[in-house]
Amino acid sequence: MLSAEGLRHAFGTGGGRVVALDNVSFSLEAGQTLAIFGPNGAGKTTLLKVLAGLIRPDAGRATVAGGRGAIGWIGHQSHLYGHLTVRENLLFWAALYAVPAATRATRADATLRQLGIADRAEQAVWSLSRGLAQRAAIAKALIHEPRVLLLDEPFTGLDLAAAAEFRALLARFQGAGRVVVLATHNVGEGVELATDVAFQRGGRFVHFAPRGARRPAQIAEEYRRAVGEKEADG
Amino acid sequence: MADLLRQAWTVARKDLLLEFRTRTALVSALVFSALVLTMFNFGRDPTAVATIDLAPTILWVTFTFAAMLALNRAFQLELENQALEGLLVSPLSRTSLYWGKLLANLVFVALVEAVGLPLFVLFFDVPVGRVLLPLVGVIALATIGFVAVGTLFSALVIRTRFAELLLVVLLLPFLVPPLIGAVQVTARLLGGRPLSEAAGWFRLLAAYDIGFVSLATLLFPFTVDE
Repeated sequence: MLSAEGLRHAFGTGGGRVVALDNVSFSLEAGQTLAIFGPNGAGKTTLLKVLAGLIRPDAGRATVAGGRGAIGWIGHQSHLYGHLTVRENLLFWAALYAVPAATRATRADATLRQLGIADRAEQAVWSLSRGLAQRAAIAKALIHEPRVLLLDEPFTGLDLAAAAEFRALLARFQGAGRVVVLATHNVGEGVELATDVAFQRGGRFVHFAPRGARRPAQIAEEYRRAVGEKEADG
Repeated sequence: MADLLRQAWTVARKDLLLEFRTRTALVSALVFSALVLTMFNFGRDPTAVATIDLAPTILWVTFTFAAMLALNRAFQLELENQALEGLLVSPLSRTSLYWGKLLANLVFVALVEAVGLPLFVLFFDVPVGRVLLPLVGVIALATIGFVAVGTLFSALVIRTRFAELLLVVLLLPFLVPPLIGAVQVTARLLGGRPLSEAAGWFRLLAAYDIGFVSLATLLFPFTVDE
């Protein structure tokens, strides 16, 4: 459903060259969730951008079954227009993702209810708090019912209740046979949802394995050993 | 093709909705047009240069710089919350994105021109009644040309510092052909010359439009993809 083969990418040239991806390969099938942990600058965002088709890698290939229309993307920003209401934003993105016109409104309302922001539907995005804007961004990423969800630090700005609701939503998403790739610098976030865990540093996967029955604390310990004590706190 | 046009309309509708909700650029462009026409009206000596000789240039200078305000905002609104990134991840084709922006810019500039033209007639007392149709025709042809190029450059400079300044510097050389054509046709129309005298300039404007809309459509993906 999603595969990466020998991905390499660097920014800059000469002495200022920074390797963001160094021979990254993996593949995920329906129902799998990959959590990628790594310190700042490890190349997590670059990897997600390559998977999303935003960056063309220097070498290697990324393939997502169904193409761009199958991808739901949550980046560092909400991708929402501040002077449109939450509902208008969702309807716009639904139209771009070719959601049938007859079902756009009902799907937007259902997604907003799932995220607990149905009462904010007619509010302009600029007037939302950061947490509410993040929920709206999640709603935007889910509006077309993507088969693959790419999440870059998705818990940023969410309060405890919203984070728990989002985890429950991701669990349902996973149960429906979708693929999730989640990148974060915080080992405590999202690890309980992961079927596979990768540690990334200097653009490389220094560890990539099924999560198995390991508890979050064990994974955090493995991360400290693989990446370094200092970065594990991130 | 139907999908391309449907997506382009979705983008254009969103841009126009955003503009009509904030009205920042539209009001600025309208006020700018009114101010420029007022300044030219009171700042010239009608006994030194005949109005009819000066009017076409004033009209097109006003339209061109008012349009710059529209072109500057075309991609700036995509920087808010990195909406452009969302557009590029979505299945929206780059062609639809360009056409959508082009369409929204054309509507925006047409609105400015629809207000600017009556003001121009009012201030300069030029006889446009008999030539209104060809005059609207030349305005439409020239506008399509420079908005097509301007939309492309607007995307090109949006991630740079001093994008607004850079757009003007890059764009103006490309506007020379349609501006010369538009001024020449407008002068002949307002001077009561036969339409056949302006036929060559009309053809030049049409060729510019076809050439640059096609070229900009082809080049646009390179301006937005990393």
